[in-house]
Amino acid sequence: MSDLKKIKDEFSIKLKEKLDISEINEIKSKLFGKNGLISSQFKKIGSITENERKKFASDLNIIKDELQNLIDLKINEIQNTEINKRLEKEKIDITLPERNFVRGKIHPVSQTIDEISSIFSEIGFSVEEGPDVENEYNNFTALNTPDNHPARDMHDTFYLDEKKEKLLRTHTSPVQVRTMLKDKPPFKIIAPGRTYRSDSDQTHSPMFHQVEGLHIDKNINMGHLKGCLDYFIKEFFEVDKIKMRFRPSHFPFTEPSAEVDIGYEMKNGKIVIGDGDQWLEILGCGMVHPNVLKNVKVDPLKYQGYAFGIGIDRLAMLKYGINDLRAFFECDYRWLNHFGFDPLDVPTNYRGLSR
Amino acid sequence: MKITFEWLKDHLNTNLKEDKLLEQLTNIGLEVENVENSNQGFDLFKVAKILKSEKHPNADRLKVCDVDIGEKDLKKVVCGASNAREGLITIYAPPGAVIPKNKVKLVVAKIRGVTSNGMLCSESELNLSDASEGIAELSSLKYQKSIGKSYFPKSNSNIIDLSITPNRPDCLGVRGIARDLVASGFGKLKEVKEKKNKSTLKQSIKVKINKEKIQGCSAFGSCLITNVNNTESPKWLKDKLISIGEKPISAIVDITNYVMFDINRPLHAYDADKIEKGIIVRNSKPGEEFTALDKKKYKLQNNMCVISDNKGVLGLGGIIGGTRSGTEFDTKNVFLEAAHFDPRSIRSTAKKLNIDTDAKFRNERGIDPLSIEDGLKRAASLIKEICGGEISKIDIQKVETYKNKIIKFDTDLFEKISGFKISYKVMRRILEDLGFKIKKDKKYLKLTIPSWRPDILQEIDIVEELVRISGYDKIKILKPIKERIKSTLTQSQKLFHFLQRAVASKGYLEVITWSFTDTNYNNHFKGENKEIKIVNPISSDLGVLRNSVFSNLSMYLSKNLDRGFKDLSIFEIGPIFKGSNPGEQSTVACGLSAGKKNRLSWIDNERNIDVFDVKKDVIQTLVEAGYSSDKFFIDNKTPNYYHPGKSGRLFLNKSKDEVAAYFGEIHPNILRKIDIKTESLVGFEIFLDNLNLPKKALKDQKKNFLVSDYQKSERDFAFIVDKNLSSQDLINVISSTDQNLIRNVKVFDVYEGDNIPENKKSIAISVTIQSLEKTLNDSDLEKINKLIIETVENKTGAKIRS
Repeated sequence: MSDLKKIKDEFSIKLKEKLDISEINEIKSKLFGKNGLISSQFKKIGSITENERKKFASDLNIIKDELQNLIDLKINEIQNTEINKRLEKEKIDITLPERNFVRGKIHPVSQTIDEISSIFSEIGFSVEEGPDVENEYNNFTALNTPDNHPARDMHDTFYLDEKKEKLLRTHTSPVQVRTMLKDKPPFKIIAPGRTYRSDSDQTHSPMFHQVEGLHIDKNINMGHLKGCLDYFIKEFFEVDKIKMRFRPSHFPFTEPSAEVDIGYEMKNGKIVIGDGDQWLEILGCGMVHPNVLKNVKVDPLKYQGYAFGIGIDRLAMLKYGINDLRAFFECDYRWLNHFGFDPLDVPTNYRGLSR
Repeated sequence: MKITFEWLKDHLNTNLKEDKLLEQLTNIGLEVENVENSNQGFDLFKVAKILKSEKHPNADRLKVCDVDIGEKDLKKVVCGASNAREGLITIYAPPGAVIPKNKVKLVVAKIRGVTSNGMLCSESELNLSDASEGIAELSSLKYQKSIGKSYFPKSNSNIIDLSITPNRPDCLGVRGIARDLVASGFGKLKEVKEKKNKSTLKQSIKVKINKEKIQGCSAFGSCLITNVNNTESPKWLKDKLISIGEKPISAIVDITNYVMFDINRPLHAYDADKIEKGIIVRNSKPGEEFTALDKKKYKLQNNMCVISDNKGVLGLGGIIGGTRSGTEFDTKNVFLEAAHFDPRSIRSTAKKLNIDTDAKFRNERGIDPLSIEDGLKRAASLIKEICGGEISKIDIQKVETYKNKIIKFDTDLFEKISGFKISYKVMRRILEDLGFKIKKDKKYLKLTIPSWRPDILQEIDIVEELVRISGYDKIKILKPIKERIKSTLTQSQKLFHFLQRAVASKGYLEVITWSFTDTNYNNHFKGENKEIKIVNPISSDLGVLRNSVFSNLSMYLSKNLDRGFKDLSIFEIGPIFKGSNPGEQSTVACGLSAGKKNRLSWIDNERNIDVFDVKKDVIQTLVEAGYSSDKFFIDNKTPNYYHPGKSGRLFLNKSKDEVAAYFGEIHPNILRKIDIKTESLVGFEIFLDNLNLPKKALKDQKKNFLVSDYQKSERDFAFIVDKNLSSQDLINVISSTDQNLIRNVKVFDVYEGDNIPENKKSIAISVTIQSLEKTLNDSDLEKINKLIIETVENKTGAKIRS
């Protein structure tokens, strides 16, 4: 039996025994150390006769690989055992709570404004804004509501001076005035924002939100108005069919004027929009009065169009089943968490307005 | 405006039913607000006869009556009225009936030990009159045979409450409503028989309308009815008024009211004998006083239109009469007034004196100027019919003659506005039914506007009439075109929406609070702003516009803490005000955070929320919004509502244009004053108007993508610096030593105390060094190390810690 075979057999058996990592290392150095058994065999190669040398070298390499392999396997085995042992100790109660996290919310009115803007964006409206403090001219006079007009009684106005020249806007309509004075027709805008009336009870709050709409061009008629609102209401309530009723009314700044009701029914104590034989008033609208167009230097013989004003808080209440208007502004932590929206939930056209 | 279908039928021939009527009223713009069954429960009130009346055994003032209500058994009723005598025919209300006056539902009750089955009613309790002295006395002649029958007439008429828009004074009269209904195809209008006044008697009270610079009265019609016997109104008239919820008073007053409700012609009746030598319509003098029918004394100002006599003011024209000349039951001679007042004058006077009456409501909307004569004739003849007497000729004084308005109407305008067509025939019929007189002139119509329509001033108003009467359901739905010419949001609007959601995503709940606030709260947070008062606040604690959002936020945060919540973050994004002129406002995102981090955490250490938490929220929000934190500059100059030592002011860059944000702990004094119970309170304000908008879109702002794959090295330094030196300055100095090599500078420790001299602190910093061109060797690194230490020591007076 050659030396090689002897080494192989001896160590193959040894490496099958139960060993710890130091014993393996010992074997390793015995074989492959500087003067190890295998290493010294390699040193012999030069002294072997030429015809035997080839075979010897080849056998030696095979044995070297085999033993090397066995050692690697053994080390791997030991490491696995060790990790498994550790893992067994490292077991925790994974049902313990995660680290604290906080979750912010977007107010339903803000979410509703985003939804409204998203819908009107699709049909070409852009968003305009105006100041909360207005002068009497923009809020009333320019809108064909001169002083001593009984229609002013419909708005309980907050004033900032005794002369009643500066006030908190009672509606978003002054944004119409500002927009038309600033730019040239055509106009196609919405203007959401805060509005104020000195009125406070279950259904009225001294501050509330409106969105104004204005579309002025050469041939915009009441059919366009009806089409625009029909589209908006369906999109907003995310229904295919809507029962909508236009009812003649009066606003000084539109002629003809209309109030719009939508059909609803009560199901399990909740309002369901779209069907039913009850009517709910949701907005006022009409064709912009020629006097208003004249006041903002738009020629009423060339241009005409419609305007509307919608109560945003009211829409939010209807869509999201909120019964009390005052709760919008009471900042109750529980209410905000209940009715608020996740900040990542941005209303978009492509994935639908609401989740 | 309250009407009944019955009353409408005085003017309207129709076969249609009430439900159809209600629908039609709303369809033509006379919105039905409410329908109330006037008859509900009224049939319970029965005509009854007292058969026996005895003194109550236990009460001197009470009586026990046996009452015949037409049933087999008599009812025993306890009654306190002195006139509850045997044989009296009166009105009985059984248990279950609701007394109209006080809305109390009757029950069987023991009164001082005697059971009373119902009640005998006074006229006042039934809203029949003001007579509350004793129970109603019905004429035995008329009611002898009605015992047991309902006292109130059977009528199925509901009270229909209409919301009449301010442009339609004509519909404040039943006839005006009927006219609109007829135009819409709901029946035919009945002709009103003109009352002939064949009198030859002269109206002997002289009326004069003074010449004034602004005279509020343009015409004053009058009629004198002499030798009347003012009485209670006959049943038909009482019933009529009661049917719309009005209370009958006396025949003369009831008649003037009836004519007013019927044709919207306000009238005023004076006791002619109380007028001193004629009527003068003039402007008031400052300080003049009179007592009005509402029993209040009014002190008049300049130029209010008054009706007066020689002795003084009798009444405010078109608003309210005075007590001195009012009619009573003993009035013998009646002076009737029907005048035309300028709506603006009415409104301004009523506003100044703060009076609201039905007459004012009607006159400020505009009364048909041509209804003076008709109104006087109708009222006078009714007075004569009911109260007897003689009617004089009608006298009308005028300072202005009414001329009918004429409008040239282009019939094409109808379709141009409404988007649908109606035939000329239909157009003509509608306008004629509404009272317009039409003359055709090629494609134009020359329209004479009816005198009762002050709202119709131009062509567009004619279009409105035609669309309204044709029906809004005829308007077609034209689908909107999905085309966007202009971007929906401007840059600053986008920023608003982005910041709103960025702040919320840091764990803040968005709230919306009022733009006004309590002056006490506002004072804490107004900084250097001046207070902006609301002249007529809804309540005194909402009296000023907010100078800061903190006032409302702190108030509501406190309320939530009181509800038992401890760790709260809320924010609002909205306006704050700097002045009372339009535009003196700015938009701010303002947040408050209270309490602790990791409260009751099993894994992390609990700690108070602090200024670096809120600093993180502000910086992260701004970075997310696209601003580069490398350029941010922060100092400690903050408004007085922040903790002076634990707050900061942030600029987007060092050139210090406008403050982008404040953040910090809220001043402990404020917490104490507004009594907020929390471990810690921090807040921030981001001023949206001060964030300059990027000129380029974010996608165009980015530099070319350039990274280094050469090895990077980290070197740590500890410097002993002046306590006042800001870490920001230290970092800036280090960063600027070699901008090509220094990639990142990070503070990893700050230490004061043992081994550090007083007024000094140690800041430990890790600097990342990496070249874009090569792997740095030891000598390169040594060079940069040295440079950093030298520069820092030279520029800041720091010493490297060995």
